[in-house]
Amino acid sequence: MSILINKDTRVLVQGITGSAGLFHTRQMAAYGTNVVAGVTPGKSGTMVESIPIFDTVDTAVKRTGANVSIIFVPPAFAADAIMEAVEADLDLVVCITEGIPVLDMVKVKRYMEGKRTRLLGPNCPGLITPEECKIGIMPGYIHKKGNIGIVSRSGTLTYEAVHQLTPKGIGQSTVIGIGGDPVSGINFIDVLKLFNEDKDTSAVVMIGEIGGTAEEEAAEWVKANMIKPVVGFISGQTAPPGKRMGHAGAIISGGKGTTAEKIRILQEAGIRVAETPAVIGDTLVEVLIENGLV
Amino acid sequence: MNIHEYQGKELLRKYKVAVPNGKVAFTEDEAVNAAEQLGSAITVVKAQIHAGGRGKAGGVKIARNVDEVRRYARELLGKVLVTQQTGPGGKEVKRLLIEEGCDIQHEYYIGIVLDRTLSRVVMMVSEEGGTEIEEVAEKTPEKIFKEVIDPAVGLLDFQARRLAYNINIPKELVPQAVKFMRGLYQVFVEKDCSIAEINPLVITGDGKVIALDAKLNFDSNALYRQKDILEYRDLDEEDPKEVEASKYDISYISLDGNIACMVNGAGLAMATMDIINYYGGNPANFLDVGGGANSKKVKEAFKIILSDKNVKGIFVNIFGGITKCDAIATGIIEATKQIGLTLPLVVRLKGTNVELGNKLLDQSGLNITTADSLADGAEKIVALVNGKVGND
Repeated sequence: MSILINKDTRVLVQGITGSAGLFHTRQMAAYGTNVVAGVTPGKSGTMVESIPIFDTVDTAVKRTGANVSIIFVPPAFAADAIMEAVEADLDLVVCITEGIPVLDMVKVKRYMEGKRTRLLGPNCPGLITPEECKIGIMPGYIHKKGNIGIVSRSGTLTYEAVHQLTPKGIGQSTVIGIGGDPVSGINFIDVLKLFNEDKDTSAVVMIGEIGGTAEEEAAEWVKANMIKPVVGFISGQTAPPGKRMGHAGAIISGGKGTTAEKIRILQEAGIRVAETPAVIGDTLVEVLIENGLV
Repeated sequence: MNIHEYQGKELLRKYKVAVPNGKVAFTEDEAVNAAEQLGSAITVVKAQIHAGGRGKAGGVKIARNVDEVRRYARELLGKVLVTQQTGPGGKEVKRLLIEEGCDIQHEYYIGIVLDRTLSRVVMMVSEEGGTEIEEVAEKTPEKIFKEVIDPAVGLLDFQARRLAYNINIPKELVPQAVKFMRGLYQVFVEKDCSIAEINPLVITGDGKVIALDAKLNFDSNALYRQKDILEYRDLDEEDPKEVEASKYDISYISLDGNIACMVNGAGLAMATMDIINYYGGNPANFLDVGGGANSKKVKEAFKIILSDKNVKGIFVNIFGGITKCDAIATGIIEATKQIGLTLPLVVRLKGTNVELGNKLLDQSGLNITTADSLADGAEKIVALVNGKVGND
């Protein structure tokens, strides 16, 4: 009933002894996530909540069989932490850290070329397969097991969307926050492919925002490949131009990146776009009914 | 983070990227002294503000003698310059760059930016210097040439040569252009630039390849390791509300409307602005209060919001998630009391203990309206601000 993670996932926490790392390790364990190891250089031999700590990712993996890592390391050291996890050949690395320099991430992406490990984030809330495994900082209790896949560039806006589904009795297969940084790992298309192939996902909600062209590229992919209905939302219709996106950043994509442009391209690809963030759930229900999925 | 043109040129000079001789001046006398020291036949007096389009707005003057330098300096210092990029309010000129004039034979464009789709840094060039690159991209995209740079090896000489040949830089000047591009790339990566744009790059009558303008922006995430760049920061060029917000780790951007919002998370903050707009209101700001919306943070956020005199009401939208709503409600109540807030305030909370949180707000005796959903909250604040409370 899920993509990327499930009840058998064995989780390693990098930066487990920091305040955010510790807090969310407890939250994840309380949700039922199988947290098997922590890494903090210099703290090997100690324990946190009966979880053994190691100095290096490599040792932690060898001793515990961890296959997914979550990173809470401060921004200055996070790029190194990601590469250490990639080198240890994990299946998935989830980087929560916000504020990593862009050029560090450019190097990380180069380092990852030809390697098997997937990266989610950075600057993301993580992912959750409801009632099985939560690897991230999202409130677990708002989720419910089910058949809707959700992928988003935002954190709290994703919680908002989930909260519009669960009370209607609509559960989720996996909910993934891909993060808001300009250079990051798993993108919309990667997640859409996985949802498309996942037999227990019947429809997908995709939440994007202004800047870049990831949504446009995803829409083109959906148009050509997606066999399941997709509902979209793009935030930032009222955001002023040029405020956060760099001036020359827009030029490579030939003036793409506004909500109007993104919404138009999503609609052309057959994606039903919610008119406001308050009706993401209602829009999904409409689409599910039309497709005979409820 | 942005810096001034003269600071950008100072930095480029350190990386052996050719720029004209010049000096910054804060007063008329400094401008005249600078011109005398330069001793060039033609002197350019350039207004230094953090916005492009200065030339067209009258912010760049050509002086033929020292008297003209004094006259232009007097005219520009203290003047509010309105360019395409400043917005209607314009920006006051407080600094001038006094620079030697040069004999321009041809103008080009060189820029380095991040290509988000490729996750690589890209160098772009065009023969159409002096024009906005967006305009070139739209009208004649075939005139833009790009090289994607591998971070493991950096910009390679053959890539720089190819760019130079593509835009028809005279053959004898290609080695200079290559040196220029290498220096520019080095600045970009060593100083964590987000944009390095030279528009125009010129070739001069005496056979030099020089940066006539320099726009360098920096990745704010990397400033912790770029202390020298941080010293270039000019707070006069930034919105004081945004500067104040950044001290408390609050992300704030002011807009033109009258309904302020305070939200946790950037995506939800944008979505909140959008829904205010959808219900006929006009958002006054973007504000992401971040994690841990405690009373101190809420209080600082309210202060920043209220320093915008256009604000007629506030919509607080917090998806607490793991944070408990009663704690957030207590923070809002304390902040409201301490500030003596009288404007309409609509609060929408979601998360653990939401009922308790709303109860605290309702029983606070303060003028706080609670809302159950995003739409409900947006409708309520728009009605309160537009004076249409009650049944309509």
